[in-house]
Amino acid sequence: MSASITDPHSTAASPGSPAQPLIEGRSGRGRLVLRRFLRHRLSVIGLVCIVALYALAFLGPLFTPWGYAEQDPTAYLSPPSAQHWFGTSQIGEDVFAQTLRGLQKSLTIGLLVGIISTTIAAVVGTAAGYFGGWVDRALMWVVDLLLVIPAFLIIAILSPAFRGKTWLILVVLLAAFSWMITARIVRGLTLSLREREFVLAARFTGVPPWRIIVRHILPNMASILIIDATITVGTAILTETGLSFFGFGVQPPDVSLGTLIANGTNSALTFPWLFLFSGGLLVLTVLSVNSVGDGLRDALDPTSARGSRRRSGD
Amino acid sequence: MTDHVTEPVLSVDDLTVSFPSEQGRVTAVRGLSYRVSPGEVLGIVGESGSGKSVSSMAVMGLLPPQAKVTGSIRFQGRELLGRSDVELSQIRGRRISMIFQDPLSALTPVYTVGDQVAEALLVHGAQSRQAASARAVELLDLVGIPGAARRAKSFPHEFSGGMRQRVVIAMAIANDPDLIIADEPTTALDVTVQAQVLAVLATAREVTGAGIVLITHDLGVVAGLADRVQVMYAGRTVETAPVDEIFYHPRMPYTRGLLASIPRLDTGPRQPLIPIEGQPPSLVSLGPGCPFAPRCLLVIDHCLTTEPDLAPVSDTQRSACHRSGEAAPPAPLVSGVECYNTVSHSRVVLRVEHLVRHYPVRKGAILRRQVGTVRAVDDISFELREQETLGLVGESGCGKTSALMEILNLAAPAHGRIEVLGTDVSALDRRRRMQLRRDLQVVFQDPIASLDPRLPVFDVLAEPLRAHGVATTEIRRQVPELLRMVGLRPEHAGRYPAEFSGGQRQRIGIARALALEPKVLVLDEPVSALDVSIQAGVLNLLSELQTRLGLALLFVAHDLAVVRHIADRVAVMYLGKIVEIGPINAVYTGPQHPYTQALLSAIPIPDPAKERARERILLTGDLPSPADVPSGCRFRTRCLRYAALTPGLQSRCEQEEPAREQRGEDGHESACHYATAHAVL
Repeated sequence: MSASITDPHSTAASPGSPAQPLIEGRSGRGRLVLRRFLRHRLSVIGLVCIVALYALAFLGPLFTPWGYAEQDPTAYLSPPSAQHWFGTSQIGEDVFAQTLRGLQKSLTIGLLVGIISTTIAAVVGTAAGYFGGWVDRALMWVVDLLLVIPAFLIIAILSPAFRGKTWLILVVLLAAFSWMITARIVRGLTLSLREREFVLAARFTGVPPWRIIVRHILPNMASILIIDATITVGTAILTETGLSFFGFGVQPPDVSLGTLIANGTNSALTFPWLFLFSGGLLVLTVLSVNSVGDGLRDALDPTSARGSRRRSGD
Repeated sequence: MTDHVTEPVLSVDDLTVSFPSEQGRVTAVRGLSYRVSPGEVLGIVGESGSGKSVSSMAVMGLLPPQAKVTGSIRFQGRELLGRSDVELSQIRGRRISMIFQDPLSALTPVYTVGDQVAEALLVHGAQSRQAASARAVELLDLVGIPGAARRAKSFPHEFSGGMRQRVVIAMAIANDPDLIIADEPTTALDVTVQAQVLAVLATAREVTGAGIVLITHDLGVVAGLADRVQVMYAGRTVETAPVDEIFYHPRMPYTRGLLASIPRLDTGPRQPLIPIEGQPPSLVSLGPGCPFAPRCLLVIDHCLTTEPDLAPVSDTQRSACHRSGEAAPPAPLVSGVECYNTVSHSRVVLRVEHLVRHYPVRKGAILRRQVGTVRAVDDISFELREQETLGLVGESGCGKTSALMEILNLAAPAHGRIEVLGTDVSALDRRRRMQLRRDLQVVFQDPIASLDPRLPVFDVLAEPLRAHGVATTEIRRQVPELLRMVGLRPEHAGRYPAEFSGGQRQRIGIARALALEPKVLVLDEPVSALDVSIQAGVLNLLSELQTRLGLALLFVAHDLAVVRHIADRVAVMYLGKIVEIGPINAVYTGPQHPYTQALLSAIPIPDPAKERARERILLTGDLPSPADVPSGCRFRTRCLRYAALTPGLQSRCEQEEPAREQRGEDGHESACHYATAHAVL
């Protein structure tokens, strides 16, 4: 049990990814944060949920005879039954198999994009804010450029080059276009944190700049980074659908939660099983990630200490 | 002084104020009673959290709605409690007015000060707009704003802090009130400005004949201005008496402790202070006994079970202590820390020569041309020897902090030379600079801002050690040791800074600075953010550590009394220059530079008789901007000696910048063309 918690912990904790290098196992803060995180009941449940979702996505297909691209000519649009647990689609595909296949993709896309984009934002923003000067000017020039160029335009230009390649490129592209605004916010926060006395104290002790950023600046803006990462997880899963229209990323017969939801929306009221299961799993994913994010934020924020302690004492 | 026959302007009876909080109900004021007669100045003294501000806000009816207020507040015989905001607004600003601590936020930035003073008149049914404006100018003139008619058209940001506080006082006396409540009116101001504002406050009392409630933590301010003093602790009055009685015959151990813990300007150097041990109690769950009992040295069993009432000890003095009836015990209530220092005139650990730090002032969005220079630090030189304490004093904006930062950067300065332990910092490579950082550490002013709120204390203390590659096992051994050294418990290591009080946090800051066993410790106003009883403990700790570890301290402060207590030598800075430097005794007893004299005479002494008899050198005006320094001697615009000179002699001050010259023994130097020693204490 404990092994199954600590292993995905490293992935799940990463919405606050910048804070992660701090969990150095034996350091005072690392242990304290871990203890405070585990005290937060809801976030531990969220963590277990994410693990369970992954397990479902990858182990579930073993228990059903149907493949995600396989068609059952005897059942078109049949409601959930013993044969097809989640029912079938218009052309007789097994919705259970499709949903799990979609979940595999979407979970990974969501979490990875959340982590990568927030990490880029944190690195670029803090570097620009902390070092200032030409580093700041150069990085902010890139940020402004990416903000004014429409993402879809670039993707449309690039898409022929990536056609038929792995869908993981999608992750990279999604992340590459979702970090800029956060980076600007992070830069602003860094500018004010940089002048604080505890940063000066560390500097005058001879702590190198990157360590000041990791140990002092990032934890003090952990809340906003965590919120940003959790929101990005949800939006990335849905944005992926939009990109798939461009013949990009997840292509039929392959599926993702996003494409399933997009296809099922039209018949949400008449054939609810087409939409309900994929939609429900998306909501569950986002909720779990959010509660893990909340727990991590509270664990890192000493002022919320009393709140979390009291809740666990109830 | 106090006329007991007249009816009091304000009488507060059994006032209780409580607020809901996360931990439970906080009872900030517990059964407070006091009276203020017309024309009387009542000083309310107490540390932060003693309920002194809350009680005055209750009088003004300015507490937040969730506060529960019971008891009685009668103003000129009329009950104020329970009145609506509209009714209170008829009284507030007209009959009762208030002066707040922060003159920055007490004025609206978008209106001219003249309009704001006039508004105070118009709101309370004054004459016409013209009449109000004319009266506003009169009032501004009364509080000593030069060129009042012209300055009335200026906006608050064009005024300095002291000038703004004058405007606030002008507003307070605009409607000729019967009661003025001044809540820490000078805490945010520099000492020379504080002296000016206190003088204005005294004028305000004469002009309006109002009763004044003066709330402050500074016993010196009270000694000079108040007729009667009331000491508050944990939401109650613990002692009240005429000002002389409080200072000369305090009965309550807390009052005595307060008096013993303040560093005084009029005592010899290096006297140990007597801190009050422990922390003020939490007001959420007070036990049955006297709230001061855990910190009291005269505690008896009775104190732990019953809280004493405020009982008369003489006709005029009342004190809340079970033992106040007994004869006053002999003076030394505690054995203070012995701090003596034998300054061996050994090697120089820090030498600063002709250090200059100028900041360019730029204008324009695209072509950022330089339009001026802020001369933050302009050619200062001093040296600090092993085991010695050098105090660097001056008002805000005089360049003390800029000088410190320049030293701490360990980089080549724009001009001049900085030598740490015999090494010129401009010739350092990265590795040597890192090594030198071990020997030069810093303690900051604000104990809240200087500790990372997200880092547990263990990591705070481990950080410098880790940065210098100390092994983890060694760190684990050293951190508890460091905590013990500054008087904290090793089990505190797992807590976050927010769980500590201000004094404890400052101790953590000191422990962090000492982690690498430095030879030079730079302290930037280390006690100015602390309450006096806590401050004494931190100062004693510093003295003790210095003797034990052989540290050299560069102690930057604006409080000359604190510096007198801790330093061996002192350097006085004015507008980026050191105007006087010398051994502490020589400078304090025979200051040569007129600025030093003014600075010393501006600091209130917690001794009413001395305070009344003292000669005050009141500086006129404010510190000039360091971007636009006067020609010749920088101090001449405010200098009284310059003003008294004949025009022929004055021209020398205008044209020639005075150099620092030795004029006394032991390297007592001052930078004034017409320096003469003049005792002001």
